[in-house]
Formats: sequence, C-alpha cells, structure tokens
Amino acid sequence: MDTIEKNLIAQVADIHKVPEGAYNIRSNGELAGRSTTANIDIVTKQDKSGIDIIVKPDTKNESIHIPVVLSMSGLKDMVYNDFYIGENSDVTIVAGCGIHNCGVDTSEHDGIHTFYIKKGAKVKYIEKHYGEGDGKGKRILNPTTIINIEEDGYMEMDSVQIKGVDSTKRDTKAYLSDGATLVIHEKIMTHGSQTAETNFEVDLDGKRSSANVVSRSVAKEKSKQIFNSKINGNNECNGHTECDAIIMDEASVSAIPQLTANDIDAALIHEAAIGKIAGEQLIKLMTLGLTEAEAEEQIVNGFLK
Amino acid sequence: MLELQNISYQVNNDSKDKEILKDINLKIDEHLVVITGPNGGGKSTLAKMIAGIIKPVSGKIILDGEDITELSITERANKGISFAFQQPVRFKGLTVMDMIRLAAGKDITIPEACGYLSEVGLCAKDYINREINASLSGGEVKRIEIAMVLARETKFSIFDEPEAGIDLWSFQNLIQVFEKMYKKIKGSILIISHQERILNIADKIIVLADGQVIDEGSREEVMPKLMKSNIACPTLLDKMH
Repeated sequence: MDTIEKNLIAQVADIHKVPEGAYNIRSNGELAGRSTTANIDIVTKQDKSGIDIIVKPDTKNESIHIPVVLSMSGLKDMVYNDFYIGENSDVTIVAGCGIHNCGVDTSEHDGIHTFYIKKGAKVKYIEKHYGEGDGKGKRILNPTTIINIEEDGYMEMDSVQIKGVDSTKRDTKAYLSDGATLVIHEKIMTHGSQTAETNFEVDLDGKRSSANVVSRSVAKEKSKQIFNSKINGNNECNGHTECDAIIMDEASVSAIPQLTANDIDAALIHEAAIGKIAGEQLIKLMTLGLTEAEAEEQIVNGFLK
Repeated sequence: MLELQNISYQVNNDSKDKEILKDINLKIDEHLVVITGPNGGGKSTLAKMIAGIIKPVSGKIILDGEDITELSITERANKGISFAFQQPVRFKGLTVMDMIRLAAGKDITIPEACGYLSEVGLCAKDYINREINASLSGGEVKRIEIAMVLARETKFSIFDEPEAGIDLWSFQNLIQVFEKMYKKIKGSILIISHQERILNIADKIIVLADGQVIDEGSREEVMPKLMKSNIACPTLLDKMH
C-alpha cells in the first residue's frame, strides 16, 4: 500500500500499523491483507463480492477491523459483508471507508453489511467515512446496514462522517427480538454542496426490546441533510429517536421522525431540534478571548465530539 | 482602573426611545466594587457594556488610560476583562474541562483545572468531564461560570448577580467563595448584587436606579442610607407597612 492508502486507513480505522486481532483490508476493490484468529474467521464470498465474518460463541474482548480504501479515481466498488456473531460473545468491529479521489471520475463505494447477532451477544460497531483529494471527481458512499438481534443481544453502532464525502445515502434497518437492545449514534458534518441522507428503520418486535437512535449533525455552506428515523413498536418495548442539528450559512436540514405503536405497551419518543449556533454561546466564548470564528469552531467540534 | 465617561444608552421600543443609561460617570479603581439598585435600573446593561456586548450610544470607556469604547468583545477579553454571566450559557458537547481550558487560554493540566473548581466549592473529579448541558443545576453552572473567571486571572472581573438563580444553601457557600476570592484575585472585581452579605465585603458601593448613579461611596457611607431608603417600589412598601 502507498502513503495515500495508509493515510486513508488511519483516518477511517485509527490504524497506523498492522492491527491486532482479526482484520480484512480491501483496497481498490482487491484484498490487501487479512488475518484471522482462533475465534474469528473471515471467508471470501464465492457468489458475490464480499466476506463472511464468523465469530465463535463466547468470544470475548476481541476486535475485527475491516477498512476499505479507494484511491483509484472512477472506481465503483460494491461489497456484501455478513457478520455472524456467536452466542454470548462480546466483540468490537471497526469498519470504515476512505476515498481519495484526485481524478475527474466519480469514485463510489457501496457496502451492504448484514449482522446476525445471536442470543446474548454484544457488539460495538464503529463506522467512519472519510473523503479527500482535490480532483473534480465525486466521492460517493452509500452504506446499507441490516441488523438482526436475537434474544438479549446488544448492539451499539457509532457512525461518523465528518469530511470530504460528496454524497451519501445511509440505510439502516434493524429487527429486535425479546430483550434485545440497539443504540445508534450518528455524527455527520457536511459542507460545500454535499448531500447526506440517513434512513433508520427499527422494528421492535420482541418483548422488552429497546432502541435509542441519536443523530447529531452540522450542515455548513450549501450542503443538504435529510434525517429519516422510523421506529415501529410491535410489542412491549421502549424506543427513542433524537435528531439535533446545527445549521449554518445556506445549508438545509430536514428531520423526519416517524413512530408507530402497534402494541399498547410500546413506549416511543421522538425529539428533533434544528437551529443555528446560539448567539449567547458565541458571546460567552468571545468573552474568554476567542474570535467569532474560533468560537464557532469550538462549538461545532464540541457538538460533534 | 476602569473609567466610564458620559455613558448613555437607549433602546427603541414601540418607536419610543427609552433611556436605559443616562450620562453615567464612574471610576472603578478599588479592589471590590458592588453595583446595586432596583431591577431595571440599568445594572446588567452597564456590565455588558464594559464587556463589549453592548455598545454605548455616546460616551467613552477607558481601561488603564486606553480608550476601549470601539473594541470588540474578544479584544476587550484579551485586554483583561472577564465577565461572569447572570444566566450562564450551556453547551452541548463542551465539558467543564474544555471550558476551563478555553478560559485559561492555554493547555492547563487536570490538577490545575481542579484547583479552580475547588475554589468555587465543586468537587473536581465529579465535574471535570461533565458536559455543560441541561443536566447541570443552576447552582452548578453558576459556580462553573465563576471558576472560568478565576481561571482567566485577568485584571478586571465582572460578576452579574452571582446569587441569582441559586438556592439559599448554595448561596451561603457562594459568599464564602467571594470572601476567599477577595484575598486571592488580583485587580478589580465588580459585582452586581442585591445581597447584603456581598455589599458587606465591598470597598465601594454604587447605587444605580433609573439609569443614573444615585449614590456612590465607601461601604460605611452608603450602607446606612441603603438600609433605610425605599428605592424599592413605593406601592409595595406601602402594602407591607
């Protein structure tokens, strides 16, 4: 791998050397490195592009890194990754995609990640998106995540897209069984003429299942964001969705929460707030000696931290 | 020394000009000065004007011989003016540590930040990583606001009604904070307050009512007059008697 690709990997996966534990690095549509452990297997799919990640039951405190980098302008990459997380295991998965496009053609990576989280298993899933390169070619990322959580399973998903992705459409669909829990934290910052669309749909099918979907975003310049969040309460369950956005310049943000209760014991809440940075926040930081621009930067960074 | 020369300020309300400050002339050179007076008398406006948040319609503000009337909030902050808001601002995502660090203007250590928090009676380890959001009580944000001014270590510190919005128990502690601060803080402290116990530690008291300075002098001179004057609403006082 060259320096550009190494830098992309550092950005999306916080990896500077060869990662510990299991990993699979995909570079420009090709396999660039793989390692498995006694408990975690990674197998290339035969019928289509992508991998199966298989975690044995009772695997504890192991991590899996699966970064994807694209540095060839004009490349369109599409993968299917399936995660099978064995009963009572507890693992961290770091995925992410970095695009460096200095050419004129569009670079695009579409990943479809499907999770099968078995009884009592716990997963922390971190996904980072990053784009760079000064070419005119667009950088496009369209991730789809399908989550199936069995009884008493738990998944926490952190998705971050801070810079350089021209267009993104994120679809996340989750199905929760009895006692299953899903926590999603999304952070997005868009600038220039970027667009970001997020669609969450969570089916709380099981008794005492719960979901918390939280999005914090900042839209700058002429960028556009759409946040759709649907929670369907089909049993005794708790659902909460929250969208908190800072809007700047000539940007546009839509927050469209939708709750459906199909059971008398479904408790569902949505909250959405969109607004510019409060003038008094800027003034407070200016009385500490910051310029208006520095104050704005601190507020935005803190908000997305 | 801070000097206000012929400061006037008015706002336009329903196309009628309302005078908030009328030709104010003040010199603040003492260690601890308290401005008091009835609500709506122009005290907070005056404090905001010193910090640069409001610009006077006419008059001059002089800090140590330099005319700062046209300087921005940031420039005044960098010249050594600090301002604790009456209603502290909350920030989603910024922690107590972030704010103390920004206030100090340098990368201070956690023990140093803890020092400032202890000064205002907060147990640092409970607070240092907390976000300054709606989860903190009014009394807590008020103390953090004061700790931020301490961390700045500037030559002119303004506190706008530090007692407002906090419960009586917290207030007892707050008085101790100011009594301690009197000894530690350098330069001048300007407090806007209605509280007798804060007035009791003042070197100088200024009484502001209806946009004018109606009395000014040492604590010994002004306090006795304040205790018997009825600058409060006369109708209310009539009812009480």
